[in-house]
Amino acid sequence: MAKKIINRVLVSIPVLIGVIFIIYVMLNIIPGNPIEVMMAEHARQDVIDRISAYYGLDKPVWEQFLIYMKNLLHGDLGVSYKLNRSVNSLIADAFPYTLKLAIAAAIVSWLIGIPAGILSAIHENTIVDRLFMGFSLLGVSMPVFWAALIFQYIFAYRLAWVPVSGADTWQSYILPAIVLGWSSAGTIARLTRSNLLEVLEEDYIRTAWAKGLSQAGVILHHAFKNALLPVITMMAIQVASLLSGAVITETVFAIPGIGRLAVDAITNRDMPLLQGTVIFTTILIIAGNLIADILYSVIDPRIREK
Amino acid sequence: MSEANTLEIRHLRTVFHTRKGDLAAVNDVSLTVPKGKIVGIVGESGCGKSMTAMSVMQLVRKPGEIESGQILFRGEDLLQKTPGEMQKIRGDRISMIFQEPMTSLNPVYTVGHQVEEALRIHEHLSKEELHRRAVEIFEAVGIPEAEERLKSYPHQLSGGLRQRVMIGMAMICKPDLLIADEPTTALDVTIEAQILALMKKLRDENGTSILLITHNMGVVAKMCDFVYVMYAGRVMEQAEVFELFRNVQHPYTAGLLQSIPRIDHVVDRLYTIPGVVPNLLHLPAGCGFCTRCRYAQDRCYEELPELREIAPGHFIRCFSTNQELSGKEESHA
Ligand SMILES: Nc1ncnc2c1ncn2[C@@H]1O[C@H](COP(=O)(O)OP(=O)(O)OP(=O)(O)O)[C@@H](O)[C@H]1O
Ligand SMILES: [Mg+2]
Repeated sequence: MAKKIINRVLVSIPVLIGVIFIIYVMLNIIPGNPIEVMMAEHARQDVIDRISAYYGLDKPVWEQFLIYMKNLLHGDLGVSYKLNRSVNSLIADAFPYTLKLAIAAAIVSWLIGIPAGILSAIHENTIVDRLFMGFSLLGVSMPVFWAALIFQYIFAYRLAWVPVSGADTWQSYILPAIVLGWSSAGTIARLTRSNLLEVLEEDYIRTAWAKGLSQAGVILHHAFKNALLPVITMMAIQVASLLSGAVITETVFAIPGIGRLAVDAITNRDMPLLQGTVIFTTILIIAGNLIADILYSVIDPRIREK
Repeated sequence: MSEANTLEIRHLRTVFHTRKGDLAAVNDVSLTVPKGKIVGIVGESGCGKSMTAMSVMQLVRKPGEIESGQILFRGEDLLQKTPGEMQKIRGDRISMIFQEPMTSLNPVYTVGHQVEEALRIHEHLSKEELHRRAVEIFEAVGIPEAEERLKSYPHQLSGGLRQRVMIGMAMICKPDLLIADEPTTALDVTIEAQILALMKKLRDENGTSILLITHNMGVVAKMCDFVYVMYAGRVMEQAEVFELFRNVQHPYTAGLLQSIPRIDHVVDRLYTIPGVVPNLLHLPAGCGFCTRCRYAQDRCYEELPELREIAPGHFIRCFSTNQELSGKEESHA
């Protein structure tokens, strides 16, 4: 088991390096000197040159990449052009906001998605099925910014139950968590439903009935654990992607998280910051996949042994 | 009824409401399992053996439905029980094992957990007691190193061991009736013999009545006290086993008997009854077997023969006996 995990971690490393390389290339083929763009036409050429040299931009691109990789090995993501602060500390400041939002949103999506999936499967092709699936799919289909605005209007502006935006109190997270969670609940509901329906056809479910288990016992104890396997993979990846920042939600609700940081980086052509957030995100996604794999083998003894 | 019979099915009819119409998987079946006896149901694939068993368990799934009849278990009609009462009976008083030992156990729990669960549902016992009984039953069904094996997952065991686990799970509450639906079909011949011997041993030790479903006449001969031959949802012939093998009277049963593989005969191909099982949606108006019966007359196509007693306890659903029929054929020749 431990060996398997170590193996998986080692396999992730070349993936990570490859992804970083691609990101670096893609972000650096955009023509033009970012310093020049940032300073606009007012700046004198010698100032631009000096700042460019300060950030190492006068060197050839391949050399810049090597320097970047060397710093990265030491965990240093560089310095933001715009804010003149280390990217590490910017991400460290933004991450707690994103983390809180991601956890809350994930919980909302499980609370909606998993029961909806189970109930839909039990009442397959009935009105209950359609209602629950409809409700969870509605979340996927609504554009996030639109749902966010409607929610803000009703619950913050009209009813004044929660703050409109910001991240000062825990109440501020309620609306964004619901909007974001609901939007990923549909996928979880659909996956839970289809897996459960499949598992309910299995021979060991017939055995469970024959033992004298109740419906709840059959479904929650014997079917659910098997049906959950693929759902868990999805949930781990979902959490990872939520952690990489929900760009639209964070923007609409003015939450200073990773998503917002990335948007700001793009608007300002702040390459080190953009690279930093993208690489941070990549690491999270790879870690999410890794955790999914590990959870998978914790639950399924057949995989554990392979 | 007398307590001498563990199970008495009367005029059971189980239908499937399919899109193309209703189909009677079990059609007016009456069957008795006397206490402590092994009763076989035999017949080709699709003749309604499993559905008869699932009806007794009341585990027929939609679009299937038990339409009419009585299922008397120790004198009480199971069809009058509430779902809650049925749940208490399943796995405790009546238990069932299935054909596919490979897939009938849940892959994500240890076999020990699954066996103990069967007991825990029905009896309130301490953890230690549950464990002790599980070890005990594993030993009873001949699983070596019971302590160790309890911790195994199903995929770590061979087919034969898994079927032993299934039997142990079914027997742990000491049921009055064990329904075994083709318990050895998926196993090779040596393992089959061991499993059958085990079932017989458990019957002898506990007095459990067994309803044994099979399509193998050889298994019937080895195991059963009584046998019911089913075809297209109906009982075609029923008799005490010695009587049946000595005195086969239904042309269908005669065909089944010819298809037993025999060790002393080298054959290229097993004999099979010519023709195909009729579609249950479009059964002939008369005898279900008429389309494949080489003795069929006009009458057989129009009129359904009743089950009639041709010797004490020996019933056939045919207008003539095999004796008459084969005699007639010889005189024609
Ligand atoms: N879900 C279903 N929908 C429609 N018809 C069904 C369904 N399940 C079973 N049947 C019908 O019930 C009949 C009896 O099925 P059953 O499983 O009892 O056969 P069996 O004798 O056990 O056969 P086998 O030897 O293959 O196990 C089948 O011929 C089939 O037409
Ligand atoms: Mg069957």
